Amino acid sequence: MALQLDAHPPATPAPRDTRPPRSGRLSRIDAKYSPYLYIAPFFVIFAIFGAWPLAYTFWVSLHDWDLLGSNPTFIGADNYTRLLVDSDFWHSVVNTLGIFVISTVPQLLLALWLANLLNRHLRFRTGWRMAVLVPNVTSTAAVAIVFGVLFGREFGMVNWMLDLVGVDPIGWKSDRFASWVAISAMVDWRWTGYNALIFLAAMQAIPRDLYEAAAIDGANRARQFWAVTVPLLKPTIIFCVIISTIGGLQLFTEPRLFHSGTNAIRGGPMRESQTLTMYMFENAFAPYYNFGYGSAVAWLLFALIAIVAAINVLIIRRLGAGARPNVGGRKGGPR
Amino acid sequence: MSRLWRASPLTYCALIAATVMSLFPIYWMFVVASRSSDAMGQLPPPMTPGGNLGANIARLFDNTDAYFLTGLINSAIVATTVTISVVFFCSLAGFAFAKLRFRGRNAMLMVIIATMMVPTQLGVIPLYMLMTKLNLNDRLPAVILPALVTGFGVFMMRQYAGQAVSTELIEAARVDGCGTARIYWNVVVPALRPAAAVLGLLTFMTTWNDFLWPYAVLNDPANPTVQLSLRALSDGYYQDMSQVFTGTAIATLPLLLVFVLFGRQIIGGIMEGAVKA
Repeated sequence: MALQLDAHPPATPAPRDTRPPRSGRLSRIDAKYSPYLYIAPFFVIFAIFGAWPLAYTFWVSLHDWDLLGSNPTFIGADNYTRLLVDSDFWHSVVNTLGIFVISTVPQLLLALWLANLLNRHLRFRTGWRMAVLVPNVTSTAAVAIVFGVLFGREFGMVNWMLDLVGVDPIGWKSDRFASWVAISAMVDWRWTGYNALIFLAAMQAIPRDLYEAAAIDGANRARQFWAVTVPLLKPTIIFCVIISTIGGLQLFTEPRLFHSGTNAIRGGPMRESQTLTMYMFENAFAPYYNFGYGSAVAWLLFALIAIVAAINVLIIRRLGAGARPNVGGRKGGPR
Repeated sequence: MSRLWRASPLTYCALIAATVMSLFPIYWMFVVASRSSDAMGQLPPPMTPGGNLGANIARLFDNTDAYFLTGLINSAIVATTVTISVVFFCSLAGFAFAKLRFRGRNAMLMVIIATMMVPTQLGVIPLYMLMTKLNLNDRLPAVILPALVTGFGVFMMRQYAGQAVSTELIEAARVDGCGTARIYWNVVVPALRPAAAVLGLLTFMTTWNDFLWPYAVLNDPANPTVQLSLRALSDGYYQDMSQVFTGTAIATLPLLLVFVLFGRQIIGGIMEGAVKA
């Protein structure tokens, strides 16, 4: 909330303007043009390091362009047609989507449940919130390495615990589906608490009398959760889904560092968990240094993100479209 | 806050379970970091810290493949520079968007919001080519330059400035003959301080943590960021896991420290941003 820090006058009283009109003209110029000066850094830096590369990626993707870039030849859509029949590319698409689905769905459901727990009258309120957010503020690279060990085949703690309950050891790095699960566990561990806090913020803005009315109508707690909380949270859920989509489909650090050794960029010897971004790296940088082909992968990744985000929004819009009491309540609610 | 449901013992049990899940991997990282390397081969796994931390740290800094000390120094330089720059430029732009009138303001703000949706990592290849042209490959400016200002930061500062900076005060300062630069410094900066702190913390943590872009552009193993040192350590032919874990623990420590000191503000920032987004 806004602190009233502005209630006191400026630190140093400004000198009275007793000078002739010249300074008046200057200050008019100042008021008119200085705003552009203040916003210019963003646009200059974004143009050079954000917009231009994105567009240029497309240009590069139309070329046969290697590391030296001495003689890039225009080859039109060749990189794309080659990609469409490249089985390693589709393999990485399936990996990316698989990891995305088995990480995002449980993650958001868990976050919803966790937010519901946190949205109660709790002792050590801040302590619980910090505890669930800690995973989010750790080093991704470090966590990927630690999880790589936890999911080790021989001496990993996960297999050891499974062994205690009589399950045979699982090859978390050599089995395709198992490696998806291990990487999803990492992603969920990191992001569930973060999403829970976002849901919590939205839940706190829901007016209490809606629950009272629901209770009078005979709805129990679970019913209230699904009939009141979830529908009112829909905009926030959409927000979280889109953020997770963009992040989930770009997954790189976790799968890259989950594997170690010479073939790590391939996500294991048989590309068990190579994501699209890893495939882009493998082609654009070591070992192939094919900028054109890598750029084509980048653009298809962009397209994939857009498509999946659109599908997600459509699905969520459909879900429970009928049950939507028209209460804004997102702003200015009790905190 | 009006009547919330009372938390039942079951709620607390669930929260304790969630907390244990959250903290265990970090705890275990410190356990292994403080033990000798054969701790990794023990079943059941050791659960308490040992006395080898000092020796592991010494070996880590002696390891000639990881350049760990260089990595730490580089990361500190990069994260500090980026944080100062982001806070300064974003507060300037946020102030302009929230409180100054100029032609094209709304359109430009829309552009900034739109940039937040563009996954910048898709430009990695041309960015790499650009850095090669500028002869910045393998040097820190290549990591710093693209991060100097963020759309998220501008947007966040604009939201905050809209409510925290009083328009009357700005008008009064103007009547008194203050230029906009002076107004920014004497009126806006004091009012934006809380939001600037949150933005600074988040920026520092993100930058410290960044892996993908440094991985692409810093290829010289002798000049890494700390996250790249970790990669070199864990990709090594022979892995001394307690040494690797000492590295991961040290790389995580600054983030945890920031979080322990300023967790309340960070949580506030995340939750507030969520409701307004």
